[in-house]
Amino acid sequence: MPTQILMPALSPTMTEGTLAKWIKKEGDTVSPGDVIAEIETDKATMEVEAVDEGVLGKLLITEGTEGVAVNTPIALLIGEEDEDQGPTETKDSQKEEKILSSNSPAIEPSNSPNRDILYAQGAVIEPPAFNEAAFTDMYECTVREALRDAMAEEMRRDDTVHLLGEEVAEYQGAYKVSQGLLDEFGSKRVIDTPITEHGFAGMAVGAAMNGLRPIVEFMTMNFAMQAVDHIINSAAKTLYMAGGQLGCPIVFRGPNGAAARVAAQHSQCYASWYAHVPGLKVVSPWNSADARGLMKAAIRDPNPVLILENEIMYGQSFSAPKDEDFVIPIGRAKIEREGTDVTIVAFSIMVGKALEAAKKLEEDGIHAEVVNLRTIRPLDRWTILQSLKKTNRLVTVEEGWPFAGIGAEIAALAMEHGFDDLDAPVVRVCAADVPLPYAANLEALALPQIDEIVQAAKKVCYQ
Amino acid sequence: MAQTKRKPDLHAISNSKPTPSKDDLKKFYRDMLLIRRFEEKAAQLYGMGLIGGFCHLYIGQEAVVTGITSVQDTERDSVVTTYRDHAHMLACDMDPRMVMAELTGRIDGYSRGKGGSMHMFSKEKRFFGGHGIVGACASIGTGLGFAHKYKEDGGVAIVYNGDGGANQGQVYECYNMAALWKLPILYVIENNKYAMGTSTTRHAAGELYKRGEGFGIPGEQVDGQDIFEVQRAAKQALDYIREGNGPYILEMMTYRYRGHSMSDPAKYRTKEEVSSWKDERDPIDKVKRYMLEEEGMSEDRDLKLIEKEIKQIIKETEEFAQTSPFPDESELWTDVLVSAEDQA
Repeated sequence: MPTQILMPALSPTMTEGTLAKWIKKEGDTVSPGDVIAEIETDKATMEVEAVDEGVLGKLLITEGTEGVAVNTPIALLIGEEDEDQGPTETKDSQKEEKILSSNSPAIEPSNSPNRDILYAQGAVIEPPAFNEAAFTDMYECTVREALRDAMAEEMRRDDTVHLLGEEVAEYQGAYKVSQGLLDEFGSKRVIDTPITEHGFAGMAVGAAMNGLRPIVEFMTMNFAMQAVDHIINSAAKTLYMAGGQLGCPIVFRGPNGAAARVAAQHSQCYASWYAHVPGLKVVSPWNSADARGLMKAAIRDPNPVLILENEIMYGQSFSAPKDEDFVIPIGRAKIEREGTDVTIVAFSIMVGKALEAAKKLEEDGIHAEVVNLRTIRPLDRWTILQSLKKTNRLVTVEEGWPFAGIGAEIAALAMEHGFDDLDAPVVRVCAADVPLPYAANLEALALPQIDEIVQAAKKVCYQ
Repeated sequence: MAQTKRKPDLHAISNSKPTPSKDDLKKFYRDMLLIRRFEEKAAQLYGMGLIGGFCHLYIGQEAVVTGITSVQDTERDSVVTTYRDHAHMLACDMDPRMVMAELTGRIDGYSRGKGGSMHMFSKEKRFFGGHGIVGACASIGTGLGFAHKYKEDGGVAIVYNGDGGANQGQVYECYNMAALWKLPILYVIENNKYAMGTSTTRHAAGELYKRGEGFGIPGEQVDGQDIFEVQRAAKQALDYIREGNGPYILEMMTYRYRGHSMSDPAKYRTKEEVSSWKDERDPIDKVKRYMLEEEGMSEDRDLKLIEKEIKQIIKETEEFAQTSPFPDESELWTDVLVSAEDQA
């Protein structure tokens, strides 16, 4: 039986074309790969090749015909199909295998939607359960030590966990976060890299795909911009592009936001950048307990996780639970201070500033509630909205710029899901919308200060 | 000190004396023919609107991946490549039906229809993609090699990149680390003479196989249209790597007959140039000639049998890829993250 040769689409947008020239004639024998015709599209002239072998039968479209729609039969091919059928045996085995290869069972989110799917769909769901009060055995440590202790414990627990980055080993960390790790784990697992973020971040992604659990330290998150293609295109998207069969368990971490007087290129908050991306989780610790519990959660998580630390916080001391399984669930915020009059949502270093502001507000009789986000993505929408329901007033604080920032996201959340609870428009406290200046007075002007938070809280309280 | 080597005249028919067995020859012929017929079928299905988006074909380059795969350790080695990836998957023994079903965007595709031509993976076959960003596979592949060394599993990462990708900065960041830490990696540069529409003479200074010299990585330029040469060079390189000497670069001089992707009319090169490669240096014809002329094998018995087998596979592949259902709408939301629920 002759098969039809159809007008091919030669580009993603082509719908019709001109059959410019027949290269083969009726009666010609053709083999796969032989050019049989030339077709003109609006962009170019392209060749059509035979896919099957056989003899060219009738040419259905004459040379020079314009406007031939894609998939119109243009010729008939007389094949040797009849004599060429494979044995029937093959057909049976084909059928059998076909059923087998419909491999993965379909996941049915409509019946039992999981937390991640609900989050992606914009749902407000209760955060994962966590009884933090049960951890009573505490120790005093700096944020820096908390991060280090958590990494060390997780490295003892799992041989595939390793740390790499600039100056993490012999120098003991550019900010001394990895102090002592080289001595304990050796140069196989604590690895000094060249100053090549693009290459070593991509390398770590490949290692994660091949069974390891890398922790990639960026000396500061500013330098991760060199590597952002691998963080987003390689780490975050592979699981989806692989239909779930190949993931990337990796941690990218480093100090984020402004330090002190290092100016524009070294002072930027990336929370909103990374939180934009499906396939990533983003956490940002404030104190030692956050640092310890979120580091452990990030390392144990089977997905790519960004930890946005803060250089100024590294040297500050807090008490933190000693327990080796103190793992703060990703996606759960913490109410650091209870209040009734206004909710101040903050993360990282701004949690401390918000708490200071709350103290000042107390003097004016305003009882502020301070929510420490801990996780930026997936955002704990539930805790924010519960607090808003109680206080009816909302202020967000971040070191990032205002446009499309975390505050903007929270304001949208309040509007979409807490509109009736709002007694005043949400106020965002952000960095000034300029590159961070060097001069001390200008720098202070550009970054959110305690007084601005106080003023914002008063504003939403109409005071 | 590492050495770089080069054949004096790449356009001369290779004078190496291969000693493949008849079974080896049949396998070469079969594996290369499978790739070519698969790609031709993909082009046809693209023309019928059943495959969309970008679709980069490997026709003309078959000897490169087939020759290298013939000497790699399929149990231990890992493979990563660019977006011109269909052939590498077939060479890794991935199921052609599931590759084609991914091209047609169906649920039985390797990525459940969510990846498409450029993004497919098989953990089981140690194939790590399928990457759409030029040069990214070099870094990911370096990480595969890093993991082989870390785990001491004896595997080598085989990292394919193109002549265009060879100019990316991250490639040199990775050469540096791979050489510094003696990672087990074979970097293969498939030099098909054009980075999309820009010829190597216009985009690359110097010789690509020499670009590891500063790092002490040996490199060799190989006639990529001659599978015997490819096999010889790959074996030598893999032996060197497995001895713990670190990475090795093979620049495979090859040619793609089709445009960069399906929508590229390839007007940047002459018809004469294309047909001289097709007519004089075709990798499949070369093996075929060798089988018939040097080994006295029979066209009717030996070759026809293989051709028939491939024809049947392609037929089943096409049918499978056209009849597998489209992904259920619920698939939109799954596989973004590994969920706690998935792990339990």
